[in-house]
Amino acid sequence: MMSKITKKLTIKAFRFNKDTDYLPHYDTFEMDVSEDELVLDVMNRIKWEHDGSFSYRRSCRHGICGSCAVKVNGKATLACKDRIFDLVDTFGEELIIDPQSKKRAYKDMVIDKADFWNKYDSVQPYLVADVEENPVAENKVSIEEAEEIDEADYCIQCGACYYSCPAVEVNPDYVGPAALVKAYRFNADVRDTAKISRLENLQTLGSGIWDCVKCNECAEACPKELNPIGKITKLHQQTFAEGLAQNNVAVRHAVGFKWSIHKHGILDEGELVRYSEGNIGVMKHIPEAIAMYKRGKIVMPWNMPKSKNLDEIQKLVEISSTVDFNGRKK
Amino acid sequence: MENLKYALYTGCTARESTPELLKSTMAIADKLGIELVLLDEASCCGASHLQDFDDMLSLVLNARNICYAEKLGLDMVTICNTCQLNTSLTKDRLDNDPILKAKVNEKLAEVNLEYKGTATVKHFLYALQDDYGYENIKKLVTKPMTDTNIASFYGCHNIRPSHLQNKTNGGENSYTPTSLDNLVLALGGNAVEYESKNKCCGFHVELQNPETANKLSATAMTDAIDNDADVMVTPCPLCHLRMDVQQHGISKEAGREVDIPVLHLPQMVGIALGLSPEALGLNHNINQKGLI
Repeated sequence: MMSKITKKLTIKAFRFNKDTDYLPHYDTFEMDVSEDELVLDVMNRIKWEHDGSFSYRRSCRHGICGSCAVKVNGKATLACKDRIFDLVDTFGEELIIDPQSKKRAYKDMVIDKADFWNKYDSVQPYLVADVEENPVAENKVSIEEAEEIDEADYCIQCGACYYSCPAVEVNPDYVGPAALVKAYRFNADVRDTAKISRLENLQTLGSGIWDCVKCNECAEACPKELNPIGKITKLHQQTFAEGLAQNNVAVRHAVGFKWSIHKHGILDEGELVRYSEGNIGVMKHIPEAIAMYKRGKIVMPWNMPKSKNLDEIQKLVEISSTVDFNGRKK
Repeated sequence: MENLKYALYTGCTARESTPELLKSTMAIADKLGIELVLLDEASCCGASHLQDFDDMLSLVLNARNICYAEKLGLDMVTICNTCQLNTSLTKDRLDNDPILKAKVNEKLAEVNLEYKGTATVKHFLYALQDDYGYENIKKLVTKPMTDTNIASFYGCHNIRPSHLQNKTNGGENSYTPTSLDNLVLALGGNAVEYESKNKCCGFHVELQNPETANKLSATAMTDAIDNDADVMVTPCPLCHLRMDVQQHGISKEAGREVDIPVLHLPQMVGIALGLSPEALGLNHNINQKGLI
């Protein structure tokens, strides 16, 4: 039998018991880890061979229940999916296993996920449909219609995206990527009838779709490769397509890009800020505008550069646009 | 070494609010012997905001920009992370979806253009790292950045999503990026180790949620400062607009003074190559502490 390749690694595990500890600490384990071992195998060995009180959630061991998500050296990791050797390739031979959110830790890797589930609940994460009690035929969905869901129904609710989202970290009201993926999943379902109410609830500034910072951390974190930010973008597009976009600064900013591109090809940055903020809102930017002007960072309207062949751009804007901004007053 | 030649997609900010970025890019390209042909026909990339509004329109406009690089028979380089993301995202979608490509080309045909998919799209940082080579830059350094602690701030849209970016960023790992830090070392500086180097500056919610934007910038910048950074450097003008221009608001959010100069990538290279502050547009930076 071929012997397995092993590596001597230093594994540091976050330890905390909310009932007894004031501060968390790390326990260090020197371990020989083989090439086929997963993060979950190592966590099991810590528990079984070193300290039976080491706590973490686990269930299916097949990447489908979403229980065992942790962070390794800050990287969102589904413990039963990621190989230790792959993590060593990225981070070297000292691996630090943390819970998804240290500030929400109950015991070691076990966190209080109430914030995640509350937000998840808030988007009507289920199919809203008039279903006949005694149907006489199947409720058919075509292949094309099913493809619209774009794998969003493969979400395992592990929270990897949510607890990697920097917007959630600093803005606790923000609903976050997982709930938005779920909202998209049902909005894209032809049988569903709650699309409008979901979109209306999700466009509030300060908590909804406009608070995504576009960092792509969620796309990087998702163990099922569902590209959550792509679904968030589609929710934005649905909001416009349904004529539900409110007349607010974020909506005007998105629309303003089209307006400015049509006018100049490249942006007129100053005018775009005025367009987005409105004539009164723009006033709060005056201090920074003065500082920028002094450093030659503001192009005056009469000196605004335009793209060459602007007529082409204008024609393409006219013939390629697919949606208008039918913004309603707040 | 064979002379490198690219089509340069400047993006909007380099022609307006960060003129120093275009100046310093052209200055170091000249010094290094890299030929950059300006794509004056290009429009805005939509900056991930037009994409929220109208997907088809943003695809057509970005495809048109790439067409102009293709017409020159050159690969495209970008100097803004968000231009890089939106341009390469368009390219990736069109190159992998013949039906979508045909739809976009139907529109482009109206202005006698055709997107073929022949030009690669990469950020200038990776042209320097992978095509020019840091060892070749090192040979031209006349003013090594000795004793300067430089905190590299990578910016999201050059490193994530990695399945897209890895096609042109030399396989940069988004959790442990090295390209900027290795450039700092090649220029003789000290690369500052800090956790926030691959984090988000918050630029894209600056208007609708300035509190979030300032908190994110504050976290990253105080992390750099607390790890003894003298200066920060970024390959993205949008990160630069946040972290250089908004230090007042960031300080307020941080509850402490955030006062640190932030260089654009080519400004840093230019300083080490001995170019003058004027040639690098250092007079345009808001925080000039120790720069001029």
